[in-house]
Amino acid sequence: MSKGVAITGMGIISAIGNNVAENFQSLVEGKKGISRISKIDTIHKDDIMVGEIAYTNSELEQLLGISSVNNYSRTGLIGALAAKEAVSNAGIKDMNAYKTGLISATSVGGMDMTEKYYYNYLENDTNHRYIESHHAGDSTQKIAEQLGIDKSLVTTISTACSSAANAIMLGARLIKSGQLDRVIVGGSDCMSKFTINGFKTLMILSDTYNTPFDENRKGLNLGEAAAFLVLESDAIIKAENKTVLGYVKGYGNANDAFHQTASSDHGDGATLAMEKALEVANLTVKDIDYINAHGTATGNNDLSEGRAIIRVFGNTPPEFSSTKAYTGHTLAAAGAIEAVYSVLALQNNVIYPNLNFKTQMKEFNITPQLKLKEKKLKTVMSNSFGFGGNCSTVIFSKEQ
Amino acid sequence: MKKVYINSVASITPQKTFDNSEFLDEVIIHDNQVVSAVEPVYKDYIPPAAARRMAKGIKMGVVASKIALQEAGLENVDAIITGTGMGCLRDSEKFLSGIIDNNEQFLTPTSFIQSTHNTVGGQIALELQCKGYNFTYVHGSNSFESTLLDAKLQLELNEAENILIGGVDELADHTTKLHELIHHIKKEDITTNTLLGSKTKGSIFGEGANFFVLSNKEQESSYAEVVSVKMYNTLPLNDVVQTTLSFLKENNLTTKDLDAVVLGNNGDVEFDRFYNELTSDIFSNTQQVCYKHLIGEFNTASPFGVWIASKILKTQTLPDILKLNNKGTSSFKHILLYNQYRGENHSFTLLKTC
Repeated sequence: MSKGVAITGMGIISAIGNNVAENFQSLVEGKKGISRISKIDTIHKDDIMVGEIAYTNSELEQLLGISSVNNYSRTGLIGALAAKEAVSNAGIKDMNAYKTGLISATSVGGMDMTEKYYYNYLENDTNHRYIESHHAGDSTQKIAEQLGIDKSLVTTISTACSSAANAIMLGARLIKSGQLDRVIVGGSDCMSKFTINGFKTLMILSDTYNTPFDENRKGLNLGEAAAFLVLESDAIIKAENKTVLGYVKGYGNANDAFHQTASSDHGDGATLAMEKALEVANLTVKDIDYINAHGTATGNNDLSEGRAIIRVFGNTPPEFSSTKAYTGHTLAAAGAIEAVYSVLALQNNVIYPNLNFKTQMKEFNITPQLKLKEKKLKTVMSNSFGFGGNCSTVIFSKEQ
Repeated sequence: MKKVYINSVASITPQKTFDNSEFLDEVIIHDNQVVSAVEPVYKDYIPPAAARRMAKGIKMGVVASKIALQEAGLENVDAIITGTGMGCLRDSEKFLSGIIDNNEQFLTPTSFIQSTHNTVGGQIALELQCKGYNFTYVHGSNSFESTLLDAKLQLELNEAENILIGGVDELADHTTKLHELIHHIKKEDITTNTLLGSKTKGSIFGEGANFFVLSNKEQESSYAEVVSVKMYNTLPLNDVVQTTLSFLKENNLTTKDLDAVVLGNNGDVEFDRFYNELTSDIFSNTQQVCYKHLIGEFNTASPFGVWIASKILKTQTLPDILKLNNKGTSSFKHILLYNQYRGENHSFTLLKTC
C-alpha cells in the first residue's frame, strides 16, 4: 500500500500548445487557441469556433516515427505524443522496472476515421485497416505500444466529459492499493464531425469565443487535446529519489441521476463529487486555494456548477476559473488537460484568468478570477462533469 | 481485506438465459454467423414508452441490471460499473449515417445523446436514482474485467458494500457488415455445434448484457467468491502457459486444484491457438468449458463465462453443451476463466465456491 500518489511527469498537446511548456506560456499570456475550423470540412464551419491542434495527422506520424500506412486514429496519434512527453518528463528509462499500467480515456475513439471511410469501406479495401481502430480501446492499446507497456494492466474509461478525471482517480486507487507501482493516466479526444454535429443538435455550440460563467454565455467551443500524467508510488519516489511535481490528494465520483445530458439545477452530483474528494483528501474547504472549474460556458453547466460550488464552499469560495476559453471543451481529455494545468498552477503559484468574461451571472454573486494572479498555492481542486450524470472532482496538492 | 462475492447474476444473450431458475435447460442451435439476443418481455421491467426510446443495448443493460438487483434482494447499490466494447452502436450508426446521408442537416439529438459510451451506466443510475460512483470501461475484450477489478478493489477495502457491474454490447448492421469484410465474422455457414472445431478464420458475432451484484457480504443467494482477476494488454503465445501457472501460484493453487477451466474459444483458427496452448498442455486433464458457440463473440461476451462459472459453482452441475472434453468432474470448487480477443486484452479470473 502506498500512502501518497506522486505525479512525476506530464505531457500535453492542445490548441494552445504542443507540449507542457507551450501550454503554460499560453495560459499566463492569456493566449487562446480558438479559431475557425481548418482540418475538418463541415457545413457548420462559419457557425462555430473550435480549439484545434496545430499538427496535421501526417506531421504527428512523422513526430512519432510511424509509417504513413498505419491505422492510428487522430485520437491515438495525439494521445501517443502527449503520453511520450509525460514518460520522458518523468525520466523513465526502463518501463518494466516497476509494475506499470496505462489508464486512458476517450469518447471519440476512432470515430474520425470511421466517419471518413464509413461507406468507402464497402466499396474497396484500401482503408480496411481502420475498421479495427474504431473502438475506444484501440487508441489506448496503441499508446501502450508506443510507450513499451506490454503484459500489463491497460484499460480505457469513457464517461463522456469526465472520463480523464476518472482515469486519474482509478490510477491513484491502483497505486494506493498496491496493484501497481506506476501508472500513466490521462485522456485523448480528437475533433470529429460526429461530435461537432452532436453538440450542434443539442444547440450548445457557441458561434463565437466561449465565455465561461458569463451571464450571456452562448455555449461551448469544441476542442481536441490529449494529456497524460505519470503517477508513482512512495516506494519509487524513495528508491529513485525522484522529483515530485505534485500529488493526487483526493478524488470523488458521483452521479447526478437527473437527466441523460443535463445537470441538475442545483448541481447535486457536482456537490457530492467535491465533498467526496475533500473527504478522501482529508481536507476542508478552507484548504482549497484554487478551483479549476469545468466551466464549459453552456447555460446549464455553469449555473449548476456555480451553485454546487456555493453549496460546498459558501458564498466566498477560493478563486476559481475555467480554462475552456483557452482550449475549448476537449471532452474526454478535459480532466487530464486541466490536471496538467492544475499542477502547473501549483508549481508556479499562479491562477489563470477566466477569459472572455464580461457580465456577472444574475443567479449568484460569485465571480471567476479575471486576471492572472500570483498566489501561494498548496492545493487545487479540478472539476469535470459529463453526460450520463457523471461528476468527478480531483484534488492536487504540492505536498503529500 | 474483505472477501468479494457474486450475490446475483442476470444474463440476456442469444440463448434464453434471463430466467435465473434455469441453467441452459433448452439450447438454441444457431446456424448463422450473426446471432441476436433472446429478449425478455421488456415491459415487465420498464414502462413501454421509455422502452421505445431505448436502443436494444440500453434495454438489455437496464433490464439485466433490474434482474440482478432483484435476485440480490436490493433496492439500490453503492456503485454502478459498466463495461462495453463498442458502446451504443445502433445510435452511433444512426447518427453517423444521418450526418453523411444528409450532409450534416436535419439531425436530431436523441441518437447522439444515446450514442455516448456511458449511456447504459447513466440510464441505470437514473432508473435506480443511484447517485453513487459510476464508471464505464470501454477496453475491448477487457471492458468487463475492468469493472470486475474496480468493484473488487472497492469491496475489499470496504469502500462500498454492494456494487452492480456488467457488460453490454449490441449488434448493429453496418458494423456487422464491416466485420464481415475483414473476416472477423466467418464467411462460411457455421452452427453452434461446429463452431469450436472450425478450421477457418473469424467467428460468429453475438450480443448481450450480463450483470452481477458483487458484495463483500455473503448471503443466501450468493453464487461464488471472486478470488482474483488479472488483465494483460498483450501476451505472447509462448507466455500463456507460464502466465497461467504464475497466476495460479499467486493464488496458492496448482492446476490440480482446478475443477474446471472456462475458455473463450470462438472458433477462429488464428486465435484459438492461445487456448490450445493450455488445453493441450497444463489443462489436458482438467474439465474444459466453452460458451461462445452458444452466444457468439463480442467484446463483453466474457461476463457470460462468469455467468456460466457462477452457475456451475452454485448448482454443482455442468450442462453437456458446454463441455469441450469430458472428465466426468462432478464436484466444483475452483474455476479459472481465461479470455482474449484476437490475441489482445487477455484476462484471468478465478472463482471459488462460497
